[in-house]
Amino acid sequence: MITVGKTNRIGKPIDDYKGGASTLCKGCGHDSITSSIIKACYELGIDSHHLVKLSGIGCSSKTPAYFLKYSHGFNSLHGRMPTIATGVGMANRKLKTIGVSGDGDTASIGMGHFVHLIRRNIPMVYIVENNGVYGLTKGQFSATADDGSFLKTGEINHQPPIDLCALAIQLGCQFVARSFSGDPKQLVPMLEAAMAHDGMALIDITSPCITFNDHEGSTKSNKYTREHRQPLHDLDFIPYYDETLADYKDGEKFSLKMSDGSVLKLLKLDKDYDPTNKLAALSLLSDMEGSNTIVTGIIFKGEGKKTFQAAENMIEKPLSDLSINEIKPGTQALLDFNSGHQ
Amino acid sequence: MVSKVKKINDIVIEVATENGSGSQSANNILMRSIFYMGIPVSGKNLFPSNIQGLPTWFSIRVNEEGWVARKDEVDIMVCMNEKSVVDDLKKLSVGDTLIIEDSLKSLINRDDINIIIVPFEEMVKEICPNARLRRMVVNLLYVGVIAHFIGIDEKTIVQAIQKQFSKKPEAAKLNTDAVKFGLEWAVKNIKPSELYQLNTVNKTAGKMLVEGNEAVALGLFYGGANVVAWYPITPSSSTMESLIRYLKKYKKSADGKNEFCVVQAEDELAAFGVVTGASWAGARGVTATSGPGTSLMAEGAGLAYFAEIPAVIVDVQRMGPSTGLPTRTNQGDILACYYLSHGDTKHVLLIPGTPEECYEFGFEVMNLAQELQTVIFLMSDLDLGMNNWMCDPFKPITKEISKGKLLSKEQLETNKGFKRYADVDGDGIPYRTLPGVESDYAAYFTRGTGHREDATYTESSVDWLKNIDRLKRKHDTARKMVPESIFIGTGKQRRAIVAYGSSDPAVMEALFILSKTHGLEFDYMRIRALPTTEKTNEFIKNHEVVCFVEQNRDGQMIAIIRSEKPEDALKIKPILHYDGMSISASAIVKQILKAEGR
Repeated sequence: MITVGKTNRIGKPIDDYKGGASTLCKGCGHDSITSSIIKACYELGIDSHHLVKLSGIGCSSKTPAYFLKYSHGFNSLHGRMPTIATGVGMANRKLKTIGVSGDGDTASIGMGHFVHLIRRNIPMVYIVENNGVYGLTKGQFSATADDGSFLKTGEINHQPPIDLCALAIQLGCQFVARSFSGDPKQLVPMLEAAMAHDGMALIDITSPCITFNDHEGSTKSNKYTREHRQPLHDLDFIPYYDETLADYKDGEKFSLKMSDGSVLKLLKLDKDYDPTNKLAALSLLSDMEGSNTIVTGIIFKGEGKKTFQAAENMIEKPLSDLSINEIKPGTQALLDFNSGHQ
Repeated sequence: MVSKVKKINDIVIEVATENGSGSQSANNILMRSIFYMGIPVSGKNLFPSNIQGLPTWFSIRVNEEGWVARKDEVDIMVCMNEKSVVDDLKKLSVGDTLIIEDSLKSLINRDDINIIIVPFEEMVKEICPNARLRRMVVNLLYVGVIAHFIGIDEKTIVQAIQKQFSKKPEAAKLNTDAVKFGLEWAVKNIKPSELYQLNTVNKTAGKMLVEGNEAVALGLFYGGANVVAWYPITPSSSTMESLIRYLKKYKKSADGKNEFCVVQAEDELAAFGVVTGASWAGARGVTATSGPGTSLMAEGAGLAYFAEIPAVIVDVQRMGPSTGLPTRTNQGDILACYYLSHGDTKHVLLIPGTPEECYEFGFEVMNLAQELQTVIFLMSDLDLGMNNWMCDPFKPITKEISKGKLLSKEQLETNKGFKRYADVDGDGIPYRTLPGVESDYAAYFTRGTGHREDATYTESSVDWLKNIDRLKRKHDTARKMVPESIFIGTGKQRRAIVAYGSSDPAVMEALFILSKTHGLEFDYMRIRALPTTEKTNEFIKNHEVVCFVEQNRDGQMIAIIRSEKPEDALKIKPILHYDGMSISASAIVKQILKAEGR
């Protein structure tokens, strides 16, 4: 086969990482995130056959149809994507998993599953495309809408928002990041690092709803987010197979080593923020509560927590790859059962 | 005293105790020692939804002819619990026997029964110096007293104790001593019964006493279940606990790793989601629950049906609605599970009626889910699942484990693609691929929304009809794949009885009584699956009067049959039992006689 044009390290053109045409509103933040996912997967040279894309229900959850056409996808039930992801992780621990969710899907109907997904540490990249509203049902507030923000109709939200990043850190998630759909420069290396992390990685991305929550007075609009975001650092991701990695010295300050050997460099720090300090991370998010500032970047990166499959002492071989002979139990259990009940 | 007919090897013993007192172990020893005398026996544990302190009963039916369904009448009542004595006394007929703890004797308000007062509480102090253990050990004393009273062989009691405490020699000794102490007291103080006696026969040789839940678990295990996701709920928990035990013991790799994975989920929605995700990705997922759990799984069941993902739900039914009577038996989920979810869903249900079938269908359901690519229910109930049933040892399953219509990389490359929802074989069952197959032709997008044959999104009515009608064809294919009904009788009778699940022993006994005592002959069909097979439909069609025995208020199976075969609607007579107790033959006989105008 002759490949025309640019290809990545496994010889695939970027087109191979695209999906079907988006049916979201023109200018939707989610489409920008989709582009970043495509770019990150292309740059990393991801093998699409060994990746699955999962989602719940909502505008965000439609997006897995728009990227990685050669990967299996599952647009499941509202709020239940974490349960599907858990099952997939149990069945085939070799698969990479990208889960796309929204603020309604995660912070309301699926909250119970979300927290247990973190507790189990199922390896996956969990993306929340966070716009503060229910887009697909025409613009009702979600549980991440800021106190005092208002809808186009003038309706004001009087309830405080749930900070998914703070929640995730508290629950022991080892990779917690926040970004903005309009900042691919930050988002792409962030996604790449998340995919290199062996465990659950949460990326909470402000992704403005162009139709229902992009007006004056919204705290999740493009304008507001651009004006109020404060990146903690610039990111530079060096994958494990990159030759420049040789220059990297172990223990270098403000560089995060990923489970697969890749390194995420944190550059141009405005202040001395250490994302490996859990208390500092929680303190930072606590300071931001009720403020106008949206900090973005790697909020927390821990290590040492076992993945669900490791904690459960699973065999390395995916259960889905077991042959019938391997699945089939021997007769001992039956013999023991029969003699035990006579 | 009124004279009663002497009964040999035909007794109902009921023991009333307090739950959490350890009486279950004593009752099992009592039941098993009778079983070891070669006499058919069954035990029904009637327990409260509580851990300690509420009344609980254990009913043992001994019957040499093998009639071991629950019986409404009690011959010997053992009263150990002050709270239930007054009601317990009402269960006895004139001339029956009461064995009662001495301190409760002031509560006896009858003089038409045979009363045996035993100082159990005093005796246990003598035999058991450890005060904490007395609550438990006292129960062994009544085993000894009953043994003398009805003639249980002491050897078989020791054998039963050894079985119960095979790994705890100290407990075995304490229990044996206590039983002997009770027996010695009885020898000195009471005469053996003139009415009820047990004689050793040879009708249980080689047989087992099994709870349906553990049999289902063994079947699932042999069906290759390797992802278990569950949320604890009575009366299903022991199904998953048994399966997990088998997996941990027999499914380790050479280096001690698990060739399976278990998750105790955050709720039943999650349990079913995990099963769905795991099966979608190529594992063999299963969950077990009861009515409230299936309600929570309803949305997921619709997705598994429509997106065509293999999944197995074991529903051990209990009394509802809501929490209902969580520790009482019922067949009240048949209708709900058949149609579980919203929209045009219709599922496959396997309905075992014996421990052997629990085991066989446990295997079968794992295969059928893969072969039909859908959610399949195994409908058990509390009576079948949690009580002890006599059966033959299980035979090795000769069928092979099936993965269904799964396409390999080679097939995909040869065919240059596939259409996920196309009916290639005319049976309504499409082909599928798993993530991880290294072919650009493998991927497809799974969704609960309208989809074309190639799995792409559509809202077209034409595509919708094509797909939903194919799913109906698949349901009709299932009709030919599910276990056939069991047919008993000549097939030439005008009247028939139809039943399913745990009603079987009571129906069999009722057939005997109706024939012998009332001269009424019936053919009998036991349905073992939905959708109904062709032969099942024929059977109903070929009989003039069809009495449907169900353990629910509204006749849920009847509703399904009437809706699918309206031409047969009028010949169906509902015989319904729904008080939470296991169904008895007399409950069936009474209603049938009434229906017959007798």
